[in-house]
Amino acid sequence: MADSSQASAPKPSSSVKLVLLGEAAVGKSSLVLRFVNNDFHPNKEPTIGAAFLTQKCHLPSRTIKFEIWDTAGQERFASLAPMYYRNAQAALVVYDVTKASSLVKAKHWVAELQRQASPGIVIALVGNKVDLCEEDGAGDTSQGGEGGEGPAVEGGEEEDDAVARKVGFKEAKAYADEESLLFFETSAKTGHNVSEVFTAIANAIPETSLKGARGAAAAAGGGGTQAAISGGAGQESSRVNLNARGEGKAQEGCAC
Amino acid sequence: MSRPQLLSQATTALSLADVHTQSRKDPASQLSSPTSRTVSRKQSFTHFGRFLGTSESGGEDSASLKSYAPTLDARLDGESMLGDVAEDDATPAWRALSAQIERDNPFEVPAAPGDDIVSWQLQHEFDDLGSVQRDGSNEEELLELWKAKLKHFFILSASGKPIYSRHGDDQLISHYIGVAQTVISFYQGAKDPLKGFTAGDVRFVMLSKGPLNLVAISRLGESDSQLRTQLESLYMQILSTLTLPSMEKMFSNRPSTDLRRPLQGTEQLLDGLADGFTRGSPSTLLSALECLRLRKTHRSAINDTLLNVRSPNLLYGLIVAAGRLVSVVRPKKHSLHPGDLHLIFNMLFEAGSVKAGGGENWIPLCLPGFNNTGYLYMYVSFFSTNTTDKKHAESERPASAGKDDELAIVLISANKEGFFELRKMRNELVEQLEKNGSMSIIKTAIRKGHATCTDIVPGTVLRHFLYKSRGNVQFTMPSFEPHFHSMVARRKLISLYAQLHESIHSRTAHLKVQHCVAKDATALAWETPLFELYCVAGPQVIRATLAQGANRVVQWIRREEERVFIIGGAVF
Repeated sequence: MADSSQASAPKPSSSVKLVLLGEAAVGKSSLVLRFVNNDFHPNKEPTIGAAFLTQKCHLPSRTIKFEIWDTAGQERFASLAPMYYRNAQAALVVYDVTKASSLVKAKHWVAELQRQASPGIVIALVGNKVDLCEEDGAGDTSQGGEGGEGPAVEGGEEEDDAVARKVGFKEAKAYADEESLLFFETSAKTGHNVSEVFTAIANAIPETSLKGARGAAAAAGGGGTQAAISGGAGQESSRVNLNARGEGKAQEGCAC
Repeated sequence: MSRPQLLSQATTALSLADVHTQSRKDPASQLSSPTSRTVSRKQSFTHFGRFLGTSESGGEDSASLKSYAPTLDARLDGESMLGDVAEDDATPAWRALSAQIERDNPFEVPAAPGDDIVSWQLQHEFDDLGSVQRDGSNEEELLELWKAKLKHFFILSASGKPIYSRHGDDQLISHYIGVAQTVISFYQGAKDPLKGFTAGDVRFVMLSKGPLNLVAISRLGESDSQLRTQLESLYMQILSTLTLPSMEKMFSNRPSTDLRRPLQGTEQLLDGLADGFTRGSPSTLLSALECLRLRKTHRSAINDTLLNVRSPNLLYGLIVAAGRLVSVVRPKKHSLHPGDLHLIFNMLFEAGSVKAGGGENWIPLCLPGFNNTGYLYMYVSFFSTNTTDKKHAESERPASAGKDDELAIVLISANKEGFFELRKMRNELVEQLEKNGSMSIIKTAIRKGHATCTDIVPGTVLRHFLYKSRGNVQFTMPSFEPHFHSMVARRKLISLYAQLHESIHSRTAHLKVQHCVAKDATALAWETPLFELYCVAGPQVIRATLAQGANRVVQWIRREEERVFIIGGAVF
């Protein structure tokens, strides 16, 4: 029953609610599994409903405790998504670089988040499965966009790229820039860029959002159900909300 | 469109007894398929080729070998079409299955191809077929592999769209789906729905449920009603994913709806159920649950803890260890339907995704036995009991490999946003169970596993038994070890139980006791208003000894009743 790391690390610690969205089978759960357990299961069975996991991310100035909602990508679960992204401070919208339709779906999620989620939400667009595109995909994209992809044209497949690739780096990057999203290409299989995504998100969360998260949630929340969800969202030991404090204690317990 | 009768009834028992519709109550079905019993009976003959039937069922000697004879059963008119039932009539596969006789463990057979076809095939039953290559070059080869499977399940829509098949991808099986659809719709058109038929050594059973048709194809010698129960369960899984009204709405809006899309991701659950049936599950056979054996005081301490920490929006709370129920908390007016629990256990322990993620889960699902019109929300959290030594060497799906040492807390609510409320309850529950020592008691009990027959009744001749308490809708059994270690041996044991079960439950039999003697086993089935007992001993065990063994099991149960069964549970 280790309580949150206040004692061991004097750095300020705060919780960030993060949601993963994206089409089925793009690798959302695998990214989380890589991030949380540094593990990979090749034939991961589809998530049912949603899974809740936590993981700490240590930054030089502070510790971020991610409370992660890994949602199922199947169509029939889409109506439940608002429950998970409501009050989320961060979202990972994932597509599969070997499947063009998954980027279309990702764009829908981004639009929905921009329309309906908290205004300050940090969104990262993540193209997963670059390991399927030979070495060049992984090598180039690790630069975070600076590395040249050669004569790539938007929307087109690069001729020297692996056959598997269906979404060009530049195409997705351009879209991400347009929408002011963080952008990464990752491989949950090799671990490429996975922790970088989460670190980048942690860095991108504004200090004010961390402090104000609770208040915003309470203001937005209309009733008990809202409170039930947000109760787990931003637990901090410096909380003044008495109601939340009890919950927080219990939840810190075996979350990891 | 007839609505399936799956709605729950208010009961006070822990569970509602009959999950499945009993086809044998329907005389029309018998008329439409005069040969419907042929296969399983033939197999009864061959598998227990040397039975000396004895019966104590008060006058009517229906337990004997003769009870299988056509003259006693009006349904068997079609028998003559297939010639005399004789031992030579056995399919090669089943002859092979019963061939291994002069061994210490006759149920444990070597798995060499050609030597024992069904046993060998069973080892490969769950292998993935792969898909047809683009040029179609491997199609024939795949089709051979596909045909060699012992068991198939198809689900198709009333308009003939494929929804699910356990083996083979669309390209491979589309012809067969088409044939199934044609056959089914031909009889439906004639207002005389086809319930089942036999081709060679294969039994086909059909079930129509509103907009869906389900087909089971089996070479394992199961009875029609057993296969129909399995189809019912697959159907309940589909309802559990979609709910009945939403499925019906899809089809009434567009009869040609492709249900695979809304069901996406459910294949793993259907596969889990299907493979469970193929391996053979006592729970499904008996339509009953198994509980973890605990002392009465320990169980009531756990029940009290559950009631103490119960949160306001909780509907059902379960503690489940390795597919066995440890404790349950439920409202007084709602029982838990065994069919629903089977779906939950299948999701948790057969399909890997819930466990593999390593986190906590929040799963919307419909429990069709409880209410097939709406969703409930299930909080699931797994604990490991830290034993990885007990691995089975059999070729099970890897997902179920570690299921013997998993402990899950399952909390179900109708409140879709109740996750954090139930999570808080879980934390309090675990904390209190740790504090009052119950957690370590549970873990110890899980680690101990099932007691062997000789632990339960020292010196007994019995090698295995199933005891179902009818009132509690629960069953108990000893370990499969040491006599039924491999998957094949277990499958044969379950087949034997299935035949005993069928002979006790078949419409025409009013058996109370059935004694069977075969070269590889002797068996006894015994039914009273309180319980059903099925026991199996080695070959050449005399009847009196077997009966004595059965009696001692019953005495043991009587002593242990409150340990092996959950009587009442925690009710609020």
